[in-house]
Amino acid sequence: MRKMTNNKLQMTNVGIFIILIMVVAAIFAPMIAPYDPSEIVEDNTLAPSIKHLFGTDDLGRDIFSRALYGARISLTVGLVAVTIAVLIGTLFGAIAGYYGGLVDSAIMRSVDVMLAFPSIFLILAIQVMLTPNIYNVMIVIGLTSWMGVARLVRGEFLRIRELQYVEAARAIGASDLRIIFRHILPNAMAPIIVAGTLGMAGAILTESALSFLGLGVQPPMPSWGNMLMDSQAYMRDAPWMAIIPGILILLAVLSLYFVGEGLRERLDVRG
Amino acid sequence: MLEVKGLSTSFYQDEVEVKAVNDVSLSVASGESLGVVGESGSGKSTLALSLLRLIYPPGKIVSGEVLFDGQDLLKLSEPEMIKVRGARISMIFQDPFTSLNPVFTVGYQIAEAIALHQGANRKQAWSKAVEMLETVRIPHPALRIRDYPHQFSGGMRQRVMIAMALACRPEILIADEPTTALDVTIQAEILKLLKDLQKELKLSIIYITHNFGIVKQMCERAVVMHLGKVVEEGRIQEIMDNPREAYTKSLIDSLKVLNDRS
Repeated sequence: MRKMTNNKLQMTNVGIFIILIMVVAAIFAPMIAPYDPSEIVEDNTLAPSIKHLFGTDDLGRDIFSRALYGARISLTVGLVAVTIAVLIGTLFGAIAGYYGGLVDSAIMRSVDVMLAFPSIFLILAIQVMLTPNIYNVMIVIGLTSWMGVARLVRGEFLRIRELQYVEAARAIGASDLRIIFRHILPNAMAPIIVAGTLGMAGAILTESALSFLGLGVQPPMPSWGNMLMDSQAYMRDAPWMAIIPGILILLAVLSLYFVGEGLRERLDVRG
Repeated sequence: MLEVKGLSTSFYQDEVEVKAVNDVSLSVASGESLGVVGESGSGKSTLALSLLRLIYPPGKIVSGEVLFDGQDLLKLSEPEMIKVRGARISMIFQDPFTSLNPVFTVGYQIAEAIALHQGANRKQAWSKAVEMLETVRIPHPALRIRDYPHQFSGGMRQRVMIAMALACRPEILIADEPTTALDVTIQAEILKLLKDLQKELKLSIIYITHNFGIVKQMCERAVVMHLGKVVEEGRIQEIMDNPREAYTKSLIDSLKVLNDRS
């Protein structure tokens, strides 16, 4: 374990703190939120006040309540999408790295092909064909962002499979599957965790972009992305409609990056 | 009990074949210990891995027979071979610092070997693992079994490796330079342990080393390997007193030089 510089440690702690607050807010949204997120409760585009902490939007809905519920959506989409990506990436990376040869070439060339697509266009194209809803968003983001994890895991497997304890496991009669999942995978966890954390930031951004373009989470369900979309026409009259979700996305993504970088240092992961 | 006939293992790189083990024949009787002596690169480790069929691309076992109780191991399917590894033929390695998995307790790793072959449940396997630590003379086995590899010294780790390898009471133990990475006093302890265990468990040991001194101490018979071939075979005393090959003589002389210096 390396010692972190003070500055970096502080950033990581701030990141963890912000993420924790967001997670708690998301979980307890129904208790914290003063209003129903999709109910029209007041005049439209009211500026932030004591009654409406973040103001109201173009339809007169309470932005604070919408932001809380939006946190639920955005964080869940990020988490599920990144879980899908990590599972797929780990599986393919493990198989490619462990078996090598032709299997490796086939998998890694497919990864190259996938990476060659600009992923946002790929996602948009798929989303246009599917009904845009929250489940499709999670799955599509997951299915288009596993390649980095696959490369990473393959590299780790290539390194670890040559270590003597893997040979020792073979010599006591462990099967390939057992060696892959019981012996090598736990030793490859550190970079996977780091990649997952950074990947979640990416997934939240992608979800926001998709929702902003109207192909992600559909109204009236609030997500930070589609709250931003709603704000487009009101930038001048009600800037808080854009600023609030914008800052939340920024904070979430930045915090996850800080946490990811902190983990990278802490777990001594290179690259 | 183990008879190797005309075994050849090659590695292929850029269409070039490198014969790491070339037409090697040898035999080990039950309870006997056989030394395999040779310099680095003479093919002795490849020979050891070939016996357990642990050769992976770009390497390949090209020809020969490995008869174990009359059965040719090279003809078994992989699932059948998995049942042989660890259960009937086991192996310990050169570097005890990298041959234990750092993320598991030593108890887990020994118990795994037992559970794999004997279908024992977790509790039985665990208590047997404690027994094994005691067998390899690790003090306070019931406490140390919950420790991770990094909490052990090199010599202790090699003992854990031995416990792992012997947990299922194999008939043959292949020891691939098990003391090379250890300092001389620890080396002597491990050698003594192996010798004691051999008697206790009626074990055959194939002892792979470059050190004639160790072979002399551990084995009755030895084969000398050079460039993948067996160049000399016989009782250790005869080989040492009267080496037929110039290569064998140079190996023995290198030992004398060391002895004279120290």
